[in-house]
Amino acid sequence: MLRVPHVTNYLSEHFADDAFGTLAGYERYGGYKAARQAITGMAPSEVVALVKESGLQGRGGAGFLAGLKWSFMPAETDKPKYLVCNADESEPGSFKDRILLERAPHLLLEGILIGAWATGASKTFLYIRGEYAFPAAQLERAIAEAYDKGYLGKRVMRSGFSHDVVLHRGAGAYICGEETGLLESLEGKKGQPRKKPPFPAQYGAFGMPSTVNNVETFCHVPHIVAKGSDWFRAFGTEKSPGTTIFGVSGHAVRLGLYELPLGTPLEEIVYRHAGGVPEGRRVKGVIPGGVSMPILPADQLDVPMANEFLRERKTMLGTGGIMVMDDTTCMVRAACVITYFFRDESCGQCTQCREGTGWLNKIVNRIERGAGVPEDLDVLIDVAGKMEGQTICAFADAAAWPVQGLLRHFRADFEQHVHERKCPFPESFQL
Amino acid sequence: MSVTLTIDGRGVTVRSGTTIWEAARGAGIAIPTLCHDPGLEPVGVCRMCAVEVEGARVMAASCVRLAEPGMVVRTASEKIERCRAMLTELLMSEQPDVSAKERTTADDELHALARRYGVRPRLRRGAARPRDDSSPVIEVDHQACILCDRCIRACNDVQHNDVIGRTGKGYRARIAFDLDQGMGDSTCVSCGECVAACPTGALVNKPISAPLRPRAELAAIDTVCPYCGVGCALTYHVDEAANRVVFAEGRESPGSRGRLCVKGRYGFDYVSHPHRLTRPLIRIDYPKRALSSEVESSRRERRKPGGIVDYDEVMPAFREASWDEALDLVASRLREIRDRSGSGALAGFGSAKCSNEEAYLFQKLVRAVFGTNNVDHCTRLCHASSVAALLQMIGSGAVTTTYGDVENSDVVLITGSNTTSNHPVAATFFKDAARRGTKLIVVDPRHSGIADHAWRFCRIRSGTDVAFYNGLMRVIIEEGLTDADYIAEHTTGFEEIERAVKAYTPERVSGICGVPAALLREVAIAYGEARAAITFWGMGMSQHVHGTDNCRCIISLALMTGNVGRPGTGLHPLRGQNNVQGASDAGLIPMSYPGYQPVTSEAARARFEAAWDAKLDPQTGLTSVEIIEAARDGVVKGMYMLGENPFLSEPNVNEVRKGLAALEFLVVQDIFLTETAEFADVVLPATSALEKTGTYTNTDRRVQIGRPALAPPGEARLDWEIICEISTRMGYPMQYDSASEIFDEVVSLTDSHSGLRHDNLGATGKLYPCPNPEESDGTVVMFGDGFPTGDGRARFVAAEHSGADELPDAEYPFILVTGRVLEHWHTGVMTRRSRALSALVPEAFAEVHPEDCERLALEEDGFVRVRSRRGEVTLRVRKSVDTQPGSVFIPFHFREAAANVLTTDKLDPDGKIPEFKFCAVRLETADL
Repeated sequence: MLRVPHVTNYLSEHFADDAFGTLAGYERYGGYKAARQAITGMAPSEVVALVKESGLQGRGGAGFLAGLKWSFMPAETDKPKYLVCNADESEPGSFKDRILLERAPHLLLEGILIGAWATGASKTFLYIRGEYAFPAAQLERAIAEAYDKGYLGKRVMRSGFSHDVVLHRGAGAYICGEETGLLESLEGKKGQPRKKPPFPAQYGAFGMPSTVNNVETFCHVPHIVAKGSDWFRAFGTEKSPGTTIFGVSGHAVRLGLYELPLGTPLEEIVYRHAGGVPEGRRVKGVIPGGVSMPILPADQLDVPMANEFLRERKTMLGTGGIMVMDDTTCMVRAACVITYFFRDESCGQCTQCREGTGWLNKIVNRIERGAGVPEDLDVLIDVAGKMEGQTICAFADAAAWPVQGLLRHFRADFEQHVHERKCPFPESFQL
Repeated sequence: MSVTLTIDGRGVTVRSGTTIWEAARGAGIAIPTLCHDPGLEPVGVCRMCAVEVEGARVMAASCVRLAEPGMVVRTASEKIERCRAMLTELLMSEQPDVSAKERTTADDELHALARRYGVRPRLRRGAARPRDDSSPVIEVDHQACILCDRCIRACNDVQHNDVIGRTGKGYRARIAFDLDQGMGDSTCVSCGECVAACPTGALVNKPISAPLRPRAELAAIDTVCPYCGVGCALTYHVDEAANRVVFAEGRESPGSRGRLCVKGRYGFDYVSHPHRLTRPLIRIDYPKRALSSEVESSRRERRKPGGIVDYDEVMPAFREASWDEALDLVASRLREIRDRSGSGALAGFGSAKCSNEEAYLFQKLVRAVFGTNNVDHCTRLCHASSVAALLQMIGSGAVTTTYGDVENSDVVLITGSNTTSNHPVAATFFKDAARRGTKLIVVDPRHSGIADHAWRFCRIRSGTDVAFYNGLMRVIIEEGLTDADYIAEHTTGFEEIERAVKAYTPERVSGICGVPAALLREVAIAYGEARAAITFWGMGMSQHVHGTDNCRCIISLALMTGNVGRPGTGLHPLRGQNNVQGASDAGLIPMSYPGYQPVTSEAARARFEAAWDAKLDPQTGLTSVEIIEAARDGVVKGMYMLGENPFLSEPNVNEVRKGLAALEFLVVQDIFLTETAEFADVVLPATSALEKTGTYTNTDRRVQIGRPALAPPGEARLDWEIICEISTRMGYPMQYDSASEIFDEVVSLTDSHSGLRHDNLGATGKLYPCPNPEESDGTVVMFGDGFPTGDGRARFVAAEHSGADELPDAEYPFILVTGRVLEHWHTGVMTRRSRALSALVPEAFAEVHPEDCERLALEEDGFVRVRSRRGEVTLRVRKSVDTQPGSVFIPFHFREAAANVLTTDKLDPDGKIPEFKFCAVRLETADL
């Protein structure tokens, strides 16, 4: 089932070396060879086919097959085609793209270059979260180095292929991480997701055919091109090949980032790598992939961290942001924090998302205050259930799932609040 | 290409590109929606219309999702209905206790859904969302707002005012005006399109002249807006018991397409103003003099800053009389003057506010009974020069195409037109075109609202139009962009133009006009290369002593590039009054009978002498300014004025005062006691457009029926009946049973209208010529195959730059430009008696460039005295960069600071139009 080759951390292998972030340092480790190989030795369709064969899943949360997405780009078009790199990492609990941007900007640029060659894109818009000031500075420097070296701009690596990368900094809205919200924001408009269809491959940035990929997704590509799809498929599970960088936050002892093959059991990450929770406490629940993903209770941590297994437990890998909660955690209060976030970050277009996120937050707040009534729990399930699968983008689903997860596994916490008309947990922080 | 899909188990075939929502509607399946309005671009945000599509992971908003072949759609499964009920509940839970819409017009769409789904909110309302009461006409309640974006689209996509947007995100998202200001403090122009679009109580009209009541309890009267020449179709919702219009709504029409502006939507209450005249009045105060202080002298200091006439001050000069007494007096005095001093001693001013039928009868009275052609109306003051040039060059004075035809143009020239203020609804179509990428070239000394939408704005110096267009034509000829085939086939005299424009090099023109030579070239080339170019113009072109020359230039420009007679091309002088086109068509001008048949033509005269059974005067009559001069000189002694207010509308008011005071007998027929009526011997109470049946012809040549919405006040009578009474009492019996019968007589004598009858004009009228009104909407584009000239060809007429009559000098260093504002109409008689319009712009102002203000120490909202060689007025300062340095702009609506006290009465030699757009003035600081 789970296959673990000798070296597992191909993305993060050289993070310890500061020089890895510079062009010279990156090239010392063999950087840009894969791009040269693709641009000078492979047809774009071959690159797409290779990435398809590798089974690389998008690492931005939805897990869509990267090669398949690239193949949607129209081959015959008189319009310029664009790539968009989604570096608007904003999901609470998720911070893996940040380390890639900071420590491996050239790995990202090389992945972009290969993606551009494969899709025929003339330009990449790199949309980076506004708060990521240092990563943005690293990228800016890296982009300048790549231009100086002839790896970007006209006639990349003296080939007939030209490519530009434009860095665009966001302004602090979570919804701009949604790919079409990002496109709107990139165009200078309010970050509101677009109606689909048309999908970005037909009508993307500035109305041109575009493909949007996550930072980490691009970072796997040079490795796949250099070492082949079989090498890549040697990591992870059959359906979810490769590694990913898990970010562990919350009550774990050793917080941080762990690059591990997909399919690594959650308990292995939580207990072995992150050291479990402090002495005298027990794990109560773990969010496996950023706050949008439904929580798992302590007795379900045997699940392998790959979508095909997580789906069976009614949750998903998301961005791999693992949030560990120990037995001091009030799950109602957790719901307050999570619903507050979504209430604040909904773009406000679709009714059930705008109103629904507000209501979920209002109801859990009143339960936490001890003002809830038994009926509230049903209303929560009712509202959350009707937010799913009906809106312009998946935000409403993402806002409904965590509430559903908390109620599925920790209904007792909620009932206790209603019953006792107060929060039974010590007041560890102010809401 | 068609698409077949299955909706609720039924096979449905629709045109490709149809949404699921439209496809379902076509099949008789109504999918509920809140954010969707078929008139607006769908956005799919309310999600009420979400449907299940077989095989799809998520539900699809049917208003945006296109039908696809083989699609299987369910529109009302149990799951869907439960979701809709939840959406309704979510929205209802934030609604105010009482919906402002349910309370007023009772047509709140959200409440209807709540009733349908039996929703009783289980959720308690959150933090209160604010109300905004700052607009004089619209009440905003954010609590009732469901963020459906309909108002945003109405404001931005329909009217292109770009005032409403969204602010905030998530649960705190709200609609906002400009940078989240109060609606009344924003740049909102109060068109009310947002209110018309709003499905809930978030945006509702404030009451105008009667409490708002449920739509179902009101009578809906389909008629035409009484204001400008755009002639918007509208519906008045009338409380018949109270005899009040409760609210107005735009009505679908091929012309205005349901849109309205602030005057049409909120400016109807003047008809119910207590100042309405209800009984005939006979003067008792002799010798005649002006009665109110503002009219008596422009030099006299004002007692109050602005406002309408004080009836207490003027009414004591009159006594009420019976209709019989008043009509007998009018008839006997007019007859006596005619018999004593000859027909030439009488004159009449009709009105472009009245219907075709009334205009026709009025000129018939003057011609057949008074025995003179001294009949005119305010067309003389607006487009007389345009008509003169058009008649001379292409043989017809009406527009060659409609304003809506702009959708087929790729270049639009808008010149001398403050379209957004004066033809606001026509402007929305120009803005539509600009949004779609049509190149708008705006040429104007003043930066008016339409310039914001321009591709290129050429800010020429006042009065340099001829030089500008000659320069444009020179470049077009030089660049080889003329249409040689068109010139050869359809025109004569092109060599004359070629010769005349030679001297107008871009560099020389740049020196005269103050527009960079490169810009002139760029604009000329864009116009010359256009596949279809259309020209719209307003009074910035016509109201000059060289107004006819101005118009000749733009007509030549269109002719030499072949831009007449095809869709998207043409010449369109934007007509001012609701019926200025119709009044001219009906013969309310001194040089021609109905249908522009010249009074000097033997054949025409014979035709009308036979039709009217009267001897007619073969001499062309005097024009309006000439009539006033003749009155002052004692040549014209008796006058009949129907709905005109020359005291404020004619130039050089101090001379008009002398003219009116010198008349032996003046009868004024109007709905209010106007400034002009202060000089009347008899005042007859007339009916407003809202109280009678009649046809009005808009700027497009669209003849539309106006229908009575209200009963006339007191003893006020229909205007055509009054004309008939006077005629009959003067010994020429006029007898008609209805306006429709009069219209038939007009049509029988006016070839361009043949075939038209009241009963075949339909709901939205017909564009004349319309030989087959049962089948067709009429003719949009005219002159595709020649012109109504002797030889079927248009004739080029060259013009030389001559400049204005009175140029600025050391003593009077500023150029005065007069004009209008969006919220007011002409002499303010109607609009200043409208609560909303008067609240929006309550008083007179002078717009001065900030640099000039600084130099002259003028403060915003302080007072400035503006003095010309003819008079002076004192009014508030409004700083604005829209007016060029060295110029001052004053709207002429305000009696207490009448711009026409200052203007010159010098006339264009051909159109006899005064130069309202240029005279020399000086500015001084003033206290009030």
